[in-house]
Amino acid sequence: MTEITKEIVSEHGLSESEYEEVLKILGRVPNINELGIFSVMWSEHCSYKSSKKWLKTLPTEAPWVICGPGENAGVVDIGDGQAAIFKMESHNHPSYIEPYQGAATGVGGIMRDVFTMGARPIANMNALRFGRPDHPKTRHLVSGVVSGVGGYGNCMGIPTVGGETNFHASYDGNILVNAMTVGLADTDNIFYSAAAGIGNPVVYVGSKTGRDGIHGATMASAEFDDDSEEKRPTVQVGDPFTEKLLLEACLELMATDAIVAIQDMGAAGLTSSSFEMADKGGVGIQLDLDNVPMREEAMTPYEIMLSESQERMLMILKPGREGEAKTIFEKWELDFAVIGKVTDTGRMVLTMGGEIVADLPVAPLADSAPEYDRPWVKTECPDPIKASDVSAPADLKKTLLKIMGSSDIASRKWIWEQYDHMVMGDTIQRPGGDAAVVRIHGTDKALAITTDCTPRYCYAHPETGGAQAVAETWRNLTATGALPLAITDCMNFGNPERPEIMGQFVGCIEGMRDACIALDYPVVSGNVSLYNETNGTGIFPTPAIGGIGLLKQSDHMATLAFKNSGEVILVVGEASGDMGQSIYLKEIEGREEGAPPSVDLAIERKNGDFVRDAIHAGELTACHDISDGGLLVAISEMALAGNCGADLDLVSDLPLHAACFSEDQARYIVTATSETAEKLLEKAKLANVPLQLIGTTGHNELNFGTELSISIEDIREVYSNWLPDLMTVPGN
Amino acid sequence: MKAAVIVFPGSNCDRDMKVAIEQSMGHSPAMVWHADTDLPETDLIAIPGGFSYGDYLRCGAIAGNSPIMREVVKKAKVGTPILAVCNGFQVATETGMLPGALLRNANQKFICKDVDLKVAANNERFVGAFETGQTVRFPVAHHDGNFFTDDETLARLEGEGLIAFKYSDEDGNVTDTTNINGSRNNIAGIYNEAGNILGLMPHPERLISDQLGGTDGKTFFDNLINSLS
Repeated sequence: MTEITKEIVSEHGLSESEYEEVLKILGRVPNINELGIFSVMWSEHCSYKSSKKWLKTLPTEAPWVICGPGENAGVVDIGDGQAAIFKMESHNHPSYIEPYQGAATGVGGIMRDVFTMGARPIANMNALRFGRPDHPKTRHLVSGVVSGVGGYGNCMGIPTVGGETNFHASYDGNILVNAMTVGLADTDNIFYSAAAGIGNPVVYVGSKTGRDGIHGATMASAEFDDDSEEKRPTVQVGDPFTEKLLLEACLELMATDAIVAIQDMGAAGLTSSSFEMADKGGVGIQLDLDNVPMREEAMTPYEIMLSESQERMLMILKPGREGEAKTIFEKWELDFAVIGKVTDTGRMVLTMGGEIVADLPVAPLADSAPEYDRPWVKTECPDPIKASDVSAPADLKKTLLKIMGSSDIASRKWIWEQYDHMVMGDTIQRPGGDAAVVRIHGTDKALAITTDCTPRYCYAHPETGGAQAVAETWRNLTATGALPLAITDCMNFGNPERPEIMGQFVGCIEGMRDACIALDYPVVSGNVSLYNETNGTGIFPTPAIGGIGLLKQSDHMATLAFKNSGEVILVVGEASGDMGQSIYLKEIEGREEGAPPSVDLAIERKNGDFVRDAIHAGELTACHDISDGGLLVAISEMALAGNCGADLDLVSDLPLHAACFSEDQARYIVTATSETAEKLLEKAKLANVPLQLIGTTGHNELNFGTELSISIEDIREVYSNWLPDLMTVPGN
Repeated sequence: MKAAVIVFPGSNCDRDMKVAIEQSMGHSPAMVWHADTDLPETDLIAIPGGFSYGDYLRCGAIAGNSPIMREVVKKAKVGTPILAVCNGFQVATETGMLPGALLRNANQKFICKDVDLKVAANNERFVGAFETGQTVRFPVAHHDGNFFTDDETLARLEGEGLIAFKYSDEDGNVTDTTNINGSRNNIAGIYNEAGNILGLMPHPERLISDQLGGTDGKTFFDNLINSLS
């Protein structure tokens, strides 16, 4: 067997002190199989060694939370004996190297996390970040990632109902592909991963094991350099058809009571799944690797344990239920193999060819996983940029057109038209709104789902950015009428060994924590992706937040489109007019500077509760939150969606550009009939919520006194064409 | 009135089809597994959308050779009405029940959106609720919906009134711009010569209530069920 040298240890990403710990735990030198197992189990990706200390500080509990972080996905109660199970996960490194397969297997992986727990996935979402639009690789990466996300989700028949996409130079060398799945289960039939029952069979189901993806988790725990392209062979290959069969077979078996525990084989494959199950259950596991279904010849124990072949699951069955389970998996033409048993030794013992090829204690390996308190420095908040520090637009019409056709604001329809967003027949709010809404099949209830983060705010000031990301998801859910329930987070950052990056992480967590507490909106699942750096340059800190909310009556849903002419337009919330980090500042002045808009969580909550109540009372005909781009952008989006213009009469103490384009938080644009508007104004006064009448809907233009007169079609042209134009190959 | 929905491994619009038929028929259709060799007594067979067998060889190719499809083809020959949607349409062309083939979309991309369709020829049983020349709105969701056939067959389809729907604008203008996927003559759906099979790429089962964004699909299924009851 391979001799363990210093070089081999270092190739496995273990530091000297970590290797010392390995020697201490084993009391001997590990063999290569054991070293490989330590390497992946203690990788950043699997052990959360840099982030654990801080993740623990996030609020994870609420009366409606059934299961918080630590399992495959988070579980929240949505009434009537039903639960929503959801999580968001990154697949950044593989997607940069091989965009189609990287994105596809990211989507496949997150769906498996959700159906492992007994839920039928009902919606997919994603949060994508690409480099600057004119970077030579951007088009290739956008095209591959979007086809990959669609290719997997479409084939599975789970609607991809929305998401968000940013372009920024900070992602030139490290794109972000974050995929989220929401599933539906009965609260009395949720499956967990803790192995139990000494002697119970350990069963492998799904695809065969190949050599793909070996060391994927280790790759995801290191920076990129110029040779990263050579890592292509570590990217897994997805097979959505097999996953569809695996989904149906698992749900069929879950309808019986044969399963004790189940865990999907994701990052670090068989190693991670078996260790997690054994560790959670406080038991040992013995595996005979000869029985693992393999699709390649002469695979070594090392390769079998570290393969990240997709579409596989590990289960502990009740004794004597193997036959029943096997029949179901054979019906779906999937592999089914008993590969081991649960033991009382507390050790993971692997045999192959009649020999013991690894023998490791489970608990010490899991418990002694390194945990670092990495040094960090706080990012100081830059000074705000006042409206008076920014020049007024020479021509409001040209300014609006420039912003509506900019990379941050322009329509993402080119992307979501490649996703089947209607399959399953319950999508009642399609992509393009504040949040997507899917009905709970056969009921009056619906779930609203959104993903949000404004990385430029997080970069400028992590605390504010972290809080803003959580608050924006909360606002987007509220704008549909949903009551926000909980979030999943996907923490994408650079190299945590650099104190300023670690400081971004800590800052974002602190902001998120404040927002989660203030909004009663806990974190129930999540994922951390660090080392998103190339040649020493990190990405913008990007804590992507996925939020879900409940609409008890789906017909109480609001959408952003202007519905009728002659209705009153109102703005909820107040503007300071600060312009720091705004799209206006970036697009019109070419400056990415200043403090991000401040986040006042008490106001956020008060304004949001007011809006949601008004939606439930049937008082609003349309609702849209104000975010990127500011008020005039929000109004333009409502006009485009409804194909209906507006006459604006915005009285404000602020300069015109601040009134139109400041990105002050906790604000919404709503419409109502003029009679209802009177009532709303009174209610708002009583509730101490700022509500101001700012115009009337009608005809097919946006008019604003003498400042602006522009047809909806002119806005639509720039708004709709930006992304298709970017993606059109010159000469075709 | 009885209906049956064929389910292949990889079908994923089977539930949507069931819901649409149930809504119009008042009771559930039978769900028939691909490995079955017997079809229940039925007045309508629906072949739903999805990715049968992963569509790995060629869309619909493996499903076209599955045990249950031999039975479906037999029923088709004796006049049982068949509705073949999206992947179902691809399967129907693979079995030869319908002419032509569905190639990769001209833009090489998956397309999911509502489209306007001009009702090109009337067939009371399938589209009796609509007038020839009017437009209806159904969603599409496919990667391979680019209908192709040879000139002779195309002329026959046009000449004999066997084209059910053409991709159009909302006023019924059939142009290159409205041809979303490169189909010959903008064809979105066709009948067989006997008129008992309708194959179409768009999904009428997806727009069956105002909450979902439209009711043309409900009108379609109400008429279909009525005419077969």
